[in-house]
Amino acid sequence: MEHVKCECGHVNPIGTVLCEACGKPLEEVPTLVDMRYEGSARRSQTYNKTIIDKIWNFFSSVKVGVWLIVITLIASAIGTIYPQQMYIPPTVSPAEYYEQQYGWLGKWYYTLGFHDLYSSWWYMLLIALIGVSLVICSLDRVVPLYRALNNQRVTRNEQFLQRQRLFSRAQATDYETALRHVVDKLTKRGYRIREENGNILAEKGRFSRWGPYVNHIGLIIFLIGAMLRFVPGMYVDENMWIREGEIKEIPGTKGKYFLENKKFIFEVYEKEKEKEAFQPAIDRVGSGMMAKNYQTDVVLYERVGPVVAGEEPKLKKIKSFSIRVNEPLKHDHYALYQVDFKLDELKNMSFHLTDKQTNKSFGTITIDLIQPEKEYDLGNGYKVQLLSYFPDFYFDENGNPNTRSKVPNNPAFVFKMFAPDRPKGEVSFTAIRQTIEPLGDNKYKMSFAGIETRNVSALTVRRDFTLWILGVGGAIFMIGLIQGMYWNHRRLWIRRIDEEVLIAAHTNKNWFGLKKELEGIFNDTPFVMPIDQADKRS
Amino acid sequence: MVQLSSTLLYIAFVLYLIATLFFGGAIRVKKKDGVDRWATIGIVVTIIGFIAQLGYFITRWIAAGHAPVSNLFEFTTFFGMMLVGAFIVIYFIYKTSLLGLFTLPIAILVIAYASMFPREISPLIPALQSDWLHIHVTTAAAGEAILAISFVAGLIYLIRVVDQSKPSKRTFWLEFVLFFLISTLGFVIVTTSFRAAGYEAAFEWIDKNGKQDEMVYHMPALVGPHEGVLKTEGRMTPLIDMPAIINARKLNTVIWSLFAGLGLYGLLRLVLRKRIAAALQPLVKNVNLDLVDEIGYRSVAIGFPVFTLGALIFAMIWAQIAWTRFWGWDPKEVWALITWLFYAAFLHLRLSKGWHGERSAWLAVIGFAIIMFNLVAVNLVIAGLHSYAGS
Repeated sequence: MEHVKCECGHVNPIGTVLCEACGKPLEEVPTLVDMRYEGSARRSQTYNKTIIDKIWNFFSSVKVGVWLIVITLIASAIGTIYPQQMYIPPTVSPAEYYEQQYGWLGKWYYTLGFHDLYSSWWYMLLIALIGVSLVICSLDRVVPLYRALNNQRVTRNEQFLQRQRLFSRAQATDYETALRHVVDKLTKRGYRIREENGNILAEKGRFSRWGPYVNHIGLIIFLIGAMLRFVPGMYVDENMWIREGEIKEIPGTKGKYFLENKKFIFEVYEKEKEKEAFQPAIDRVGSGMMAKNYQTDVVLYERVGPVVAGEEPKLKKIKSFSIRVNEPLKHDHYALYQVDFKLDELKNMSFHLTDKQTNKSFGTITIDLIQPEKEYDLGNGYKVQLLSYFPDFYFDENGNPNTRSKVPNNPAFVFKMFAPDRPKGEVSFTAIRQTIEPLGDNKYKMSFAGIETRNVSALTVRRDFTLWILGVGGAIFMIGLIQGMYWNHRRLWIRRIDEEVLIAAHTNKNWFGLKKELEGIFNDTPFVMPIDQADKRS
Repeated sequence: MVQLSSTLLYIAFVLYLIATLFFGGAIRVKKKDGVDRWATIGIVVTIIGFIAQLGYFITRWIAAGHAPVSNLFEFTTFFGMMLVGAFIVIYFIYKTSLLGLFTLPIAILVIAYASMFPREISPLIPALQSDWLHIHVTTAAAGEAILAISFVAGLIYLIRVVDQSKPSKRTFWLEFVLFFLISTLGFVIVTTSFRAAGYEAAFEWIDKNGKQDEMVYHMPALVGPHEGVLKTEGRMTPLIDMPAIINARKLNTVIWSLFAGLGLYGLLRLVLRKRIAAALQPLVKNVNLDLVDEIGYRSVAIGFPVFTLGALIFAMIWAQIAWTRFWGWDPKEVWALITWLFYAAFLHLRLSKGWHGERSAWLAVIGFAIIMFNLVAVNLVIAGLHSYAGS
């Protein structure tokens, strides 16, 4: 690497504007020196030959960074014009949905891929480019800045001092006493004092200069954490529907954990039960119209012993818990959240086997609508066989009975009824409010006797090993932000040259605060308070 | 308790008005012995008003059993309170009474706007039953309020520097910003007037799923709902029906507010015989531009970390607890991200590209527009998970 030697003897890297040690301008500079990055040699400002230089210089530019931010900002805004794909009903085709709901604009929105904007390749690329820009921008500045601040000398070049924004020059009278007094005051205000040949450098809050780089590191860690979501196994995101009374393996736990739903509770705000203050609000939306609580009382089990195919698992109870919105059940990095529910799903259906003529009943069968029996024996030669079962019955396009799903929304049965006087049995198709006797007139019928219902709860299962990385990234980001924003780096130079005192001061931000502080320091001393040379310009 | 709470808010509102007058007086009066009496009275009245509003907040919290930040009225009122709070802090740092003359009217406008929405104390739906409601919402509102101070400083800066001797793009956009503020006043006036008159017009209409529904207007319908049929006798029939995907009633309110704003603006122009900004210019002629610029920048520097913490970090923590995921690209989340990106760009432009003074002031105005968009439009127009806040 080439070097530039300053007259003070310090060797600077090539491209340095202000000598790292004494601050003497090594190039032509305007009346006031540009103190950003201390006039140090940044790689991007020095080299521009190879392709690597060019890429480096591109990404190290704040202008490029700001453009990336602005483009991301506009793209993000476009994504909120219509709901994203994840918020439209899952049963409809997005291609039709957007056109149907929002006309030709919706069609274009879908065609251009804005319906899934935030996981599109180009949006991810934008975020990645911002990440690259963060790293290169920071490296390009932090290294030379560190060098410059580390190498700065107490005695600064005269040109450096007089080209500071805050500067004064005056006759030195009673220099030593006055200096002691000022040093005393500066120390009280938390300045660290360095002295060299009767010259002073007072400095405080240098650590705030690292704030931007610390917060950028935090952001990078956060982005890495976000990227880890694409690594398989880093996180689990499953859904389970579980009925009251049911014990089910928790998906995503590889058969390790099981859950029992004891009870699902849904509560609403009712006028008479709530306090006086809430009455007008409840009146406006209507009593019983506003949800108060969604809760699933569960028991968590862990499997004991190895998994044996076809065998009932042995379970050990771990804990009972009430899962509510905002109160997930947490265990072993897993979290179970209350997300949805269905009230009063059919559980059992009962029928009497009756004689159509006499209406006499020969016994009652109760069918478990999830796991129906094949045959129900009523004794005395009476029995009922279940030939077919359609939990969610409808007639398909061929006019045959069929089922839409395994959920008992609309159960229908094909029964074969046996009686002592009907040993071959009679076939009856029985659905809700509907009976068909396909093989002619029957003597017996299955008459509806009653139903039992239960609630079903939907839970989301989560385990996310990226969370702590995101947390660390976020915390570092906040620390860096506060470090950089709530403190500032203030320096004051006092140098005696022959019979004159030169005083200069600099801060990286909040000049108003620095000036106020300097007023307090110089008010009762013979030194002249530095004057803001930027004021003269305007 | 509920009654006391409302009374305290009303008192705060009136005190802010009075304080504005004193800050106005402070501009013309010369300082005696370095102390500006008018400004001193102004800040004292402001502080009493702030305490009254704090009283509203606390009593309402006690009455409800949760922090009153759970719907649009409560949140916006709190935002107004934080704006005044941020102003008080900044006032003691920089001692500029001019800032009060501009911040307080905006805070008054914000609170008046808030009062146009349902004000009942509502119990919390399950998603909101969490301590994070207090933590997330109050921090986010505080951050936005501190950022909003930069808008006020930017506005003062622009009124001072924009050349009013000839029309230009700058005069146009500055008038546009002022027109927007006046339209908010228009909204308040129109809503209050028709409410006082008890105006109601019911429509039967067909929603986007083809179902028949009813919609009640509280203002004469300039635009009617999709295939709307007027059910209340003697009410105005709409000039035009809207398609089903547009919420015709909200659009109608917006149109009324803009008309009222236009009327007020036109009236002011007629009386003043010059641009509003030109009329305001003498008020700010003595202001120290560097100081105003510094106030604008510092409020962003202080507000940005608070906003990040409240509107992004706390928001993500709560979202992970309540909605199972820390980030879900819900419109409100996205707009918080947009706000954050915008102010990040603002800081980078200022620190590295030297965008000080007027450019910085324009950016502060745009930033405030984004915050307002997130507060108003995202709640009322773009429905999402946060839309309960707009009820």
